[in-house]
Amino acid sequence: MKMMTYAEGIREGMSIRMREDPNVVLFGEDVGAFGGCFGVSAGMFDEFGAERVRDTPISEGAIVGCAVGAAATGLRPIAELMFCDFLTVGMDQLVNQAAKMRYMFGGKISMPMVLRMPAGAGTGAAAQHSQSLEAWVTHVPGLKVVYPSTAEDALGLMLSAIDDDNPVVYFENKLLMGVKSEVKSLEPIPLGKGKIVREGGDLSIITYGRQVFDALKAAEILAAEGIEAEIVDLRSLYPLDVELMEKSISKTHRAIVFTEEVKRGGYGGELSAIIGEDMFDYLDAPVARIGALNTPVPFAPNLEQFYMPNEQDVIIAARKMF
Amino acid sequence: MAISNELMKDMYATMRRIRDFEKAASKQFAEGKVPGFVHLYIGEEAIATAVCECLRDDDFITSTHRGHGHIIAKGGDLNLMMAELFGRETGYCKGKGGSMHIADRDKGILGANGIVGAGHCISTGAGLSSKIRGTDQVCVCFFGDGSTNQGTFHESLNLASIWKLPVVFVCENNHYGISMSQERHQAIKDVADRAASYDMPGLSVDGNDPLAVYEAASEAVARARAGRGPTLLECKTYRQHGHFEGDPAIYKPQEEQDAWMDKDPLPMFAKFLTDNGVMTAEEIAEVDKQVEKEIEDAIAFAEAQPIPSLESCVVDVYSDIVEEVRVR
Repeated sequence: MKMMTYAEGIREGMSIRMREDPNVVLFGEDVGAFGGCFGVSAGMFDEFGAERVRDTPISEGAIVGCAVGAAATGLRPIAELMFCDFLTVGMDQLVNQAAKMRYMFGGKISMPMVLRMPAGAGTGAAAQHSQSLEAWVTHVPGLKVVYPSTAEDALGLMLSAIDDDNPVVYFENKLLMGVKSEVKSLEPIPLGKGKIVREGGDLSIITYGRQVFDALKAAEILAAEGIEAEIVDLRSLYPLDVELMEKSISKTHRAIVFTEEVKRGGYGGELSAIIGEDMFDYLDAPVARIGALNTPVPFAPNLEQFYMPNEQDVIIAARKMF
Repeated sequence: MAISNELMKDMYATMRRIRDFEKAASKQFAEGKVPGFVHLYIGEEAIATAVCECLRDDDFITSTHRGHGHIIAKGGDLNLMMAELFGRETGYCKGKGGSMHIADRDKGILGANGIVGAGHCISTGAGLSSKIRGTDQVCVCFFGDGSTNQGTFHESLNLASIWKLPVVFVCENNHYGISMSQERHQAIKDVADRAASYDMPGLSVDGNDPLAVYEAASEAVARARAGRGPTLLECKTYRQHGHFEGDPAIYKPQEEQDAWMDKDPLPMFAKFLTDNGVMTAEEIAEVDKQVEKEIEDAIAFAEAQPIPSLESCVVDVYSDIVEEVRVR
C-alpha cells in the first residue's frame, strides 16, 4: 500500500507498461523534458528517453492521427492532448478515423491507442481550457471512455486502456492531479466496472471524476438529516456498468445523476435516460440530473464557481425527493 | 535509370487492371448495382502503379476517397474489392465500408479514406511505428492537390520532417479539388514548392509517365528506407471523369479535357512499349484480354456473394463488444 497523487497514478500506469513493452510510447505537447503541462509525465523522459517520450509540435490533428497510424501498424501509443478542449482541432482523427476503422474495414484492424485529455473547470482558465467534453466522445461508436477519480483507479484504468485493442479516451481531472489517495493494487481495473464509494439505502448518486468528492460531501450532510446516500463511481463511461447502477437503484429507489459537464446534451442525460427507460419500476421519484450551467465556462472566480455544480446542488435535489 | 523490361510489362498490366476495374465500376454503378459514391482513378493509373512498384509487401500506404488504383497497385484482391463495392458480406470490409473504405492490413493498405487530408496524419504514425519498432518499412501517403490546403497536410509534413520519418508524400495533382481547379484553389503551380517549408526534397514529375514516376519514387523510397527522411513527390495528372460518378463535370473546359485525353497514360505507355520493342502489339492484346477476364471474374464473384446478415450490423464496432441489436 502506498500513497500516490492522481497524477502519479496515471504516470505509474503508463510507466509500468512502458517498462514491459517497447511498443508503448507517449507523445504530445511538452510531455518530454518539460514533464507535461500538468506534470503527469514528469521523469518519464529521463527513464524512457526522447525516442519513446516524444514532444510534438502544437499540431493536434497530427498528434491524434499519428497515434491512429501507429496503432494500426504495431505500436500501442499513448497520445496526450494538453486540454480536452483542444480535441476540436484533432476531432476528425479521433471520430472519423480511430473510432471507425475497425468497423469500416470489416473488423480486420486493431486500434490499441490511448488518448489522454485533462478536463474540467476550477482553474480560472476560462472557456477554452476548462470544458468537460465526455458527451462528445461517448456519443461515438467505436470509442471507449474512462474517467478515474482516484490514484488507484487512474493507475488500473491506464493499464487496461493500454492493453485494450480499441481506442480509449482517458479523461483526467485537473483539480484532482495533486490529490493523494491510497494505492493498494497495481493491477488493471477492467473497463466497464464501476464501484460503490459509499453505501447507503435511501438514494443513489451516479457520478464519476471529481464529482465523486462533492457527492461524498453532500452525503455527509444528508446523513445528518437522516438520508443515507449511496455513491456509484462509474469510472468507465463506455462500456458502462449498467448492472451496478441497477443494483444500487433497485435498493434505494431514487437516483441523482451528477456530472460537471454543461447540462444540455451532456452524458448525464444519457445516464438519466437509461435509468428512466430501464429502471423506471424501481423509482419512487423522478431522476434528478445535475450539471453545469448551460454557458461557456466563465473566467471570474465567483462566476466560475457559480457555473460549476457542487454538493449544494446535490443536497437540494436530494431533499426534494423525500 | 535502367528499368527492366519485366518491370515495364508488369506496370502495363497493373495500369490496365486499374483502368478496367474502374471502367467496370463505372458501368456497374450506372446500372445501379453499386450503392453510394464511386470516385474513379481513370487517367491517374501510372502514379499508383509506378510508386507501388518501389514498395515491398510489408510497406504501408494510406489512400484516399479515389483509392481503387492504390489498392490494386499494392496487391489488393479484385474479387474482394468488387464484392465490397457491391456491399456483400464477403467483400473486403464485410459490406460495411464500400468504395471509400477498402483496406487490407496484411498488404499494408491502411485504408482508402472518405476524409480529404486524413491519410497524411495516419502516414506519420505508420512511419513512427517503423522507426520505433526498428524496421525499415516505408509508408507512402497518396493524396490529391485538393488536400494540400488542409491543415493536416502541413502538420504532417512538418512532423515527418522534424522526426525524419520514413514517409513518401505522393501528391496526385489532378488539377481539381472537386469542382475547384488548382489555379483557383491555390496560388502556386507546383505543390512540390511546399516541400521547402519543411526542408525536405520536393519534386514535380509527369504523373502520366510511369517511368518518370518510378524513377522519382524509387529514389524517395530509398531515401526513406535509409532513414534520411520524407520526400514530397508531386505527380501531375488529370482526372478524366468527374469528381464522382454522376458528376457531369461542367466546370472542366473542353479544350483542357481534350488536351489531357491526348496524354492518356495507357495508350501512351502502350505506344512506348511497342515503339521500344519491349512488348509487341500482340503481347499487349494478350495482357488486355487476360485483364478483361480478371475483371469479368471479379464481377461474377461479387454478384454471387451474399448480402450481409442483419446481425452483422452490430459486430466489429469493438474487438470485444457486440452492440445491442434492434428487435422488429
